[in-house]
Amino acid sequence: MFVISQADKRPMYLQIMEQMKQRIAVGDWAAGQAIPSIRQLASDIGVSVITVKRAYLELEREGVIVTRQGKGCFITSDSEVGARIREQELAQRLEQVVRSAAMMGLSPKNLEKRIRAIYDRVIDGEKETA
Amino acid sequence: MIEYAIELHGVCKSYRFFELQNIALRLHRGTIMGLIGPNGAGKSTTIRILMGLVHQDRGEVRVLGHRMPDDQVAAKWDIGFASEDMRLYEPVTLGWHINFMKSIYASWDDAYAQVLLKRFGLNAEQKIKGLSHGQRVKAALLLVFARRPKLLVLDEPTTGLDPVARHEILRELMAVMAEEGRSVLFSSHNTQDVEQISDQITFIDRGRIIDSMDKEIYLDRWRRLRLEVPDGVALPSLPGVIGIQQTGRLAVAIANAFEPHLPNVYEDSGARVHAVENMTLEEIFVANVEHSREEVEA
Repeated sequence: MFVISQADKRPMYLQIMEQMKQRIAVGDWAAGQAIPSIRQLASDIGVSVITVKRAYLELEREGVIVTRQGKGCFITSDSEVGARIREQELAQRLEQVVRSAAMMGLSPKNLEKRIRAIYDRVIDGEKETA
Repeated sequence: MIEYAIELHGVCKSYRFFELQNIALRLHRGTIMGLIGPNGAGKSTTIRILMGLVHQDRGEVRVLGHRMPDDQVAAKWDIGFASEDMRLYEPVTLGWHINFMKSIYASWDDAYAQVLLKRFGLNAEQKIKGLSHGQRVKAALLLVFARRPKLLVLDEPTTGLDPVARHEILRELMAVMAEEGRSVLFSSHNTQDVEQISDQITFIDRGRIIDSMDKEIYLDRWRRLRLEVPDGVALPSLPGVIGIQQTGRLAVAIANAFEPHLPNVYEDSGARVHAVENMTLEEIFVANVEHSREEVEA
């Protein structure tokens, strides 16, 4: 089920892209699998065709899906696609963290220290309680 | 095959206290257009003209290739029209209306009508006079949808409905669009509805069309920039920025022709860009109407 939320500040096409990627990342949509046509998905989730089309075009440009003329839309046959999406997501979040840190004038060394401390607290803390 | 389901060129209509000026509009086949504007902007007049219910003083109107109002009889077989003030016959049941439509329209799809009855939670045995406002609106739309017209023209289809009923109707409209080549024009005050299901957006205010274009391109052009302006820095006035509001060191700029380099230009002028935000259609609507009125008055 796709959920397009008005409370989400991002444009609808980005929300659709993200939810499609999520399906791939968790393995619900496998590499090489056929996915709904633009018109079908638009109708299913109740969002305009042009918005879904934009999401598909962007995903195609990122190499996540492919459109075969006359055959429909498919997830790329690259079996690493799920791992690649998760990796991209992590990279994006790290980038955000670095940007915020730089804006506050934190040095790379300091940032490393802070991340190390959080890692110790969260991950090692979990191990101890386990 | 015709390229446009609806085409208006240079359409004018004068009333004593209101004037529709030079309306130009194109609805591509197979797409949905949302018509938005304040009360009294001219949305309903425009819809009435393209349905042949009101005759334009000047200008050309084509609907599904038919010239309006001259060819309206031929055009109307393929157009499903519903408006707020449409009345169903009170003393009889919804089923009576269904049979009536079935006897007139060869395209009537009885199986689809049954599906819609269920989806809209309506009972064919019930008399119209016993229906709530929401049920009446849904009944009127059912009678139009089940004809499977090539073009749907809906004047305020979701006004006065509760969120659940609104949602049912939007879903059904999108289900209609699953079939290639069917087109919809609808007017609404509800910018959220328009933002969600339209392929094209047309803004109308004071009898003029302010904007009419592809929704994705349109939403993409508008941005709100949150800026920090250090002492001694003056924000430059930039093309594509329609307004800046500043209180103390914080400023908000609204762009209606956003370009990716715009934040850099502000940074180069000495300001800091804290955020570049997308705007909802509602926010754009208000900013656009205010801006265009300022321009007219200037």
